[in-house]
Amino acid sequence: MSGSSSWSRALVLISPYTFSAVGIAISIGVSVLGAAWGIHITGSSLIGAAIKAPRITSKNLISVIFCEAVAIYGVIVAIILQTKLESVPESKKYAPESLRAGFAIFASGIIVGFANLVCGLCVGIIGSSCALSDAQNSSLFVKILVIEIFGSALGLFGVIVGIIMSSQATWPAKTA
Amino acid sequence: MYGFEALTFNIHGGYLEAIVRGHRSGLLTAADYNNLCQCETLDDIKMHLSATEYGPYLQNEPSPLHTTTIVEKCTLKLVDEYKHMLCQATEPLSTFLEYITYGHMIDNVVLIVTGTLHERDVQELLEKCHPLGMFDSIATLAVAQNMHELYRLVLVDTPLAPYFSECITSEDLDDMNIEIMRNTLYKAYLEDFYKFCQKPGGATAEIMSDLLAFEADRRAVNITINSIGTELTRDDRRKLYSNFGLLYPYGHEELAACEDIDQVRAVMEKYPPYQSIFAKLSYGESQMLDKAFYEEDVKRLCLAFEQQFHYGVFFAYMRLREQEIRNLMWISECVAQNQKSRVHDSVVFIF
Repeated sequence: MSGSSSWSRALVLISPYTFSAVGIAISIGVSVLGAAWGIHITGSSLIGAAIKAPRITSKNLISVIFCEAVAIYGVIVAIILQTKLESVPESKKYAPESLRAGFAIFASGIIVGFANLVCGLCVGIIGSSCALSDAQNSSLFVKILVIEIFGSALGLFGVIVGIIMSSQATWPAKTA
Repeated sequence: MYGFEALTFNIHGGYLEAIVRGHRSGLLTAADYNNLCQCETLDDIKMHLSATEYGPYLQNEPSPLHTTTIVEKCTLKLVDEYKHMLCQATEPLSTFLEYITYGHMIDNVVLIVTGTLHERDVQELLEKCHPLGMFDSIATLAVAQNMHELYRLVLVDTPLAPYFSECITSEDLDDMNIEIMRNTLYKAYLEDFYKFCQKPGGATAEIMSDLLAFEADRRAVNITINSIGTELTRDDRRKLYSNFGLLYPYGHEELAACEDIDQVRAVMEKYPPYQSIFAKLSYGESQMLDKAFYEEDVKRLCLAFEQQFHYGVFFAYMRLREQEIRNLMWISECVAQNQKSRVHDSVVFIF
């Protein structure tokens, strides 16, 4: 922490615990935002379309389940991340190893949160179109489902990278 | 922003959009029309229609049927669907849905005023009004003597009030003035609707602009053709054309100067979308022009359904239903008057 610009001093003086906590919050909060957004987009179209074509309801719940999966990814990663959060002695709080661990958890949280946000949106929009198309022509359902599966893979990518990222969050050992 | 409507449209409009798409799937197909065209009597038509979504509306009608009854009940179905959607809608969709009916309001106003001029009974006229264009004080229209009174007594409380600024004169109402009034009102309505659609922006603005521009151009052509040979001056004619659309402003200049149908055709063939319409007609023939315009209109309205998350589907659905009711009326009339050979003259298939 030499005399470089004041912003870099400010960044490294923020506690790594703060970064970790914010990372965990983002991973669950933004994932759930994405899931909720996706479910409401799909749900409103599904309900309206089911009035004329009641047969679509049971099949199209799959779209809602895909959106829900996104929230579950967020919960899982948040739980994994919070187990990575350890206390370090006061003297080691700003050691480079601690900072690295803090940043790793923060980055993992952002990765998972935003990947799930856009994944939830994507699956929600496709699910809405799927419900409307299925109501008109039932042979379209399986084909559009394939698109949804590709869309939900995006969330999975985020989870994978997030878990890899968090596995390197090793805090310095307690002994001096 | 164009392209991102999908993120927020469903909050207020998702349910209704899904409902309107469900209604669209109930429109009559070419197979239904073929069956109907082969009917011998109106009771056959009723039987075929009872297998479609019109069933509940027609099943209680006693024989003998009249064509007006069939049309009335089918219109009633459209009105029920519209009212159901309107009461579920929030702003700005509710205003949008109301805008769709102002055209019918204008038609009703003109119907009552014309009928009163020809000394018909008010009740009889009220029954002929289109149900989508009714408003509370419509019966008082029969009392007015000139446009000033018309405005002051009745129309100032209706949504049509802002459209009257261009056509309030103190002259008495006669047939010519009433037609000019109708077209001036409709011009103001189309321009207002066009401006209203630009506000939501995005897909709604783009799709509705296209549909309304076609409507404006079609009306310009119809006004031109109908006023050939009447005492309407060129300037008056020019004033009746809307201020938007493909033909604005140069096409309008040329159309205002047209004196017969071949000149109109020459003007319209300079615009590629309309060239294809006029190419279907041979020289000197104008009866099929209406049908050609309707076909093009239906094609564009069906295309509005290809995109999701915009309000154009509501407008397109209402227009397609009205076209279907026109088709049914034509088929019923042909069957009732035993002129089945002319049935295909004016039926526009939607699917």
